[in-house]
Amino acid sequence: MAEHLHDTDLLFKALADPSRRKLLDLLYAHDGRTLNELCEHLDMTRQGVTQHLDQLEAANLVATVRRGREKLHFLNPVPLQEIYERWIAKFEKPRLKALADLKRRLEKPHG
Amino acid sequence: MARSTFVYVAYIRTTPEKLWLALTDGEFMRAYWFGMHCESRWTAGSAWTLVSGDGQVYDAGEILEADPPRRLVIRWQHQNKPELKAEGDSLCTMELEPTGTAVKLSITHTIERDPSKLIMAVSGGWPKVISNLKSLLETGSAVLQEPYPKESAPREGRG
Repeated sequence: MAEHLHDTDLLFKALADPSRRKLLDLLYAHDGRTLNELCEHLDMTRQGVTQHLDQLEAANLVATVRRGREKLHFLNPVPLQEIYERWIAKFEKPRLKALADLKRRLEKPHG
Repeated sequence: MARSTFVYVAYIRTTPEKLWLALTDGEFMRAYWFGMHCESRWTAGSAWTLVSGDGQVYDAGEILEADPPRRLVIRWQHQNKPELKAEGDSLCTMELEPTGTAVKLSITHTIERDPSKLIMAVSGGWPKVISNLKSLLETGSAVLQEPYPKESAPREGRG
């Protein structure tokens, strides 16, 4: 679907920049930070950080919540989960299927 | 006071009404929530529980706000593991906002302590649940089924 392609492009473009990945690392280490807190860790202008955060938000990798006057930034892992499901999950299936089979055998109704 | 929060956002190509149904209908939930489902009358003040496939109550609480199909607030306390139960009540807010052809689903889970074992525990599960829900609503099948897929469903129509 065209829209999916669009989402995926935004996602990988957002990830294709070291400063943006650093922002994600910072949020991964400690979620819910303000712009000022994030600026302390990056050697660039406040405006630069804002633009990077906007791109991350457009790709849905960052979610924001307003709390009073503050805007807090959170790492949103849902799009990364989708990458996992698209390319990685199937390689885990044989192992998971073995577990599921075991569970079914063990949980067979008694009598 | 210290607080732990996570926020998860997914854009799901569906309607707010269908998404609300998916978030509140037990049968629908089982299909994307790894066999778990919630039980509640889904009105403010009514009891709420999250029940596993074998009938164990994992979490319990109360619906604090219910404004279908826009907003749901749940007082949420873990029941199964003593160290998580000891942390007391958390607050789970689900917001549904139509945006063009999709609905923005925001799930915010907060507890008034930091660090929180409960928030650590639930935050690992939410992305899988939300991602599964999105896939189920958009393609008609969940990616990761309960307990785990018996057959691999082809993911056609993706990007």
